[in-house]
Amino acid sequence: MSAGTDVRRYPGFGLFSLLFFLYLYLPIAVVVFYSFNANRIVANWGGFSLHWYYAALSNSALVGAVKTSLFVAAIATVLSTVVALMAALVLVRGRDVRFRRVSETVVNLPLLLPEIVVAVAVLILFSEIGLTNGLLKLTVAHTTFCIPFAFLPIRARLQGMDPDLEEAARDLYASSWVAFRRVTLPLILPGVFSGAMLAFVISMDDFITSNLLNSGGATTLPVYIFSLIKQGVSPQLNAISTLIMIVSVLLATGAFLLQRQK
Amino acid sequence: MTRRLKPPGWNVLGLLPAHVIMLLTLIVPVGIIILVSFSTRGPYGGFDYVFTTAPYKQILFNEGWTGELEFNPQYLIVVARTLILSLVTTFICLLLSFPVAYFISLQRPALKVGLIYLVTLPFWVSMIVRVYSWIIILGNDGVIAKALRALGLVENMGSLLFGDTAMLIGLVYSYIPLMILPIFASIEKLDPTLVEASHDLYGSRLITLRRVILPLCQPGMLAGSILVFVPCLGAVLEPTLLGGGKTMMMGNLIQLQFGAARNWPLGAAISIVLMAAVLIFLVSRGLRAIRRESRELGK
Amino acid sequence: MDKSRPIEMNKAVEIKGVSKTFGNYQALKPVTFDIYENEFFTLLGPSGCGKTTLLRMIAGFEQPSTGAISLRGSNIQGLPPHKRRVNTVFQSYALFPHMTLEQNIGFGLENLGWTKDRRDKRVADMLRLVHMEEFAARKPQQLSGGQRQRVALARALAPEPEVLLLDEPLSALDLKLRQAMRDELRTLQRQTGITFVFVTHDQEEALDMSDRICVLGDGHIQQLGTPADIYEEPSNRFVADFIGETNFLDAEVLSVKGDHATVSIPFGMTMIVPHKQAAVGAPAVMSIRPEKISLPSQDNQIVVDGTIVGANYLGGYTHYVVETGTTRLRVSKRNSLSRGRTFEVGQPIKVGFSAESARVLGA
Repeated sequence: MSAGTDVRRYPGFGLFSLLFFLYLYLPIAVVVFYSFNANRIVANWGGFSLHWYYAALSNSALVGAVKTSLFVAAIATVLSTVVALMAALVLVRGRDVRFRRVSETVVNLPLLLPEIVVAVAVLILFSEIGLTNGLLKLTVAHTTFCIPFAFLPIRARLQGMDPDLEEAARDLYASSWVAFRRVTLPLILPGVFSGAMLAFVISMDDFITSNLLNSGGATTLPVYIFSLIKQGVSPQLNAISTLIMIVSVLLATGAFLLQRQK
Repeated sequence: MTRRLKPPGWNVLGLLPAHVIMLLTLIVPVGIIILVSFSTRGPYGGFDYVFTTAPYKQILFNEGWTGELEFNPQYLIVVARTLILSLVTTFICLLLSFPVAYFISLQRPALKVGLIYLVTLPFWVSMIVRVYSWIIILGNDGVIAKALRALGLVENMGSLLFGDTAMLIGLVYSYIPLMILPIFASIEKLDPTLVEASHDLYGSRLITLRRVILPLCQPGMLAGSILVFVPCLGAVLEPTLLGGGKTMMMGNLIQLQFGAARNWPLGAAISIVLMAAVLIFLVSRGLRAIRRESRELGK
Repeated sequence: MDKSRPIEMNKAVEIKGVSKTFGNYQALKPVTFDIYENEFFTLLGPSGCGKTTLLRMIAGFEQPSTGAISLRGSNIQGLPPHKRRVNTVFQSYALFPHMTLEQNIGFGLENLGWTKDRRDKRVADMLRLVHMEEFAARKPQQLSGGQRQRVALARALAPEPEVLLLDEPLSALDLKLRQAMRDELRTLQRQTGITFVFVTHDQEEALDMSDRICVLGDGHIQQLGTPADIYEEPSNRFVADFIGETNFLDAEVLSVKGDHATVSIPFGMTMIVPHKQAAVGAPAVMSIRPEKISLPSQDNQIVVDGTIVGANYLGGYTHYVVETGTTRLRVSKRNSLSRGRTFEVGQPIKVGFSAESARVLGA
């Protein structure tokens, strides 16, 4: 059992991995650490304080941005998950689907294009059709690029499901709708939830598209944070960042646990 | 094929929403981008559909007062910087990811799951916050500068921020989880007795790594390279926040043209160049894979 | 005592007090034995008996918790696998999927620093040896199970190892192929003169191929000897039970004199039977092999009345179960003259055996 004789082990890889995880988490830790700094100047430690959290939570511009982001993310999540679920059911379970490969590529198209190109595409589209409502623009754009993120976990879950189960239900006199509702849907639900969560996080996190479309009075959270960063590093920014990270970590953990559920 | 569960109409109906959305919001607009890239810049921003190749010429040349074209590499430098930074980022991610992925794969199952969770977690944390954290670290009065000063190593090092190095650090940091996951997946698929067989046949650890482990992890490395390289080409946040105003990449150059600079045709032309770069990369990778497959089948 | 020891008596492998503990679990209690040059040596036992652990310690993939292993007289303690002149044929074959057969077979030679010419010649020889010449440029995925098996053998034999280790190499093959590969393995061992250490849980395989067999059970050596020794003179109940089929009868040891013991058995009789490790007062069983029982009894020493309660026709043999009132006996009878069953279920019959063909074993 000693590490020296196990031919699969390589000396130094453990230490290297340790350093790697430090590198991965140190920047995040720095932000969290400085968010408790009483001093207005970030890099000078002035004692522990929750002051900047109070300031952040009573910042009306921030609260407005959070509301915009939540609104857009909620609608984009529901729409993209439903659309992705329908597509996944056909692409994984459908028989005699023509152009399956091409169809799947089309559904995943936003992943194949650099996001800035997606952003430019919707920007030009909205300007061509004269759409000016900021929230509507954001919702349409976010729904589009969230679809593949909702699609992939659902597809994975469907592929992992035994197709015989559905046929067994049909064999036991269930109509195809009943078979779907009583057998397929309950079994793939964890995949649907984790897809929805992924879509939600991607939407909440989006900067490139939201920033390019930024007009019509709809500023999302990342765009607002960007404007704060442009004004310079500040402890309040650290507090906001920490709050965002807490929410993200909770969501990520939820999605992670869902995906592992058997 | 005989046990058809759903009528074929179902297939079309299920795929319709996704396809319509992609068609209207992406496929048609990408066509429009191509049109715009051959259009004339409007007097107040925007564009007019008057055919011209000027936007592409603009990438390479300045138009002088008398209309003569003068070579100006400023945009070409941005394109080259984007390609080089993306390649270097991909390479560094490959180097860093392999030992970590390999180490994780050797752990017992519970620890393995935990470590993979730790690798993916930062990816869920707001991208903008993660890039921002490097401003605190690399900045003039940042964590690194302070630490070095406290140690008395460097008196005044100036800012690490704003430049190629800062962008590179940010890019690697942003995208490395996308490299670790596929490499980890391919190491997990590697049969451990192959490693033992290599040692049994007088291969040292180094030989085993070079001749057995790395070749068999190639699919994962290739997938990881694509996952890292493509978003790097279109990166916006890292160059904007860490590169400063001067050192740009294609992503924020495009953003600038559609924003402050109000030169949509030029922005569209650069977008086309970016898309072409991605396409060439993906196709060449795909072709290589196909060629390898056919070579294998030929035997 | 080792009647069958090969003529060449040099020790290829010496195992001295070797044991292995994983955490709290002792996979192998201290064992000591030698494997001789040029012999086909088999480690036989049920799964979990420590036989694969022992093999992996010889190969260098595990280190013994206690004791030492020597290879041709030199202690190989702490030597990593790639510095030991032993090669392994893995259970899963472990052929490198990204290399052709030639590259697979040449891999070890390359690492040993052979020149290209010498390597090429050896690879060609090995391919010929296992009849795979025309597949030289193929990849392992393009081969059948039996072909892969042969390539794995060629790869392991190519570097001329001092000892070849085979870890249940036939278990992945179907029955027909397994039979053919047994002969092929035996032939290869004779041709090459290399010491084979073969691990299996299949007693038939072990009896068929080995010069000597080491039966492992419960983490220690149960018996070491020639196939005939082990089948005919099992040293304890475990070996008699594990190798072949047998009938166990409860026996009470009344007295022991030399290598015979006087026992009383369930048929209400007392007899004098050869024994192994029997002692007065200690629990013991009498073992009698199904083919050593006559049906119907001829002029045997011991004759018992019974009724046939089961008859299974197996082609060359028919297996009968005979109820004798106190116990059921399994009897195997060759169908050399009869077609099918000679006796019918329900038929009363006498069975008989001789005391010399039975063994009393300490239980």
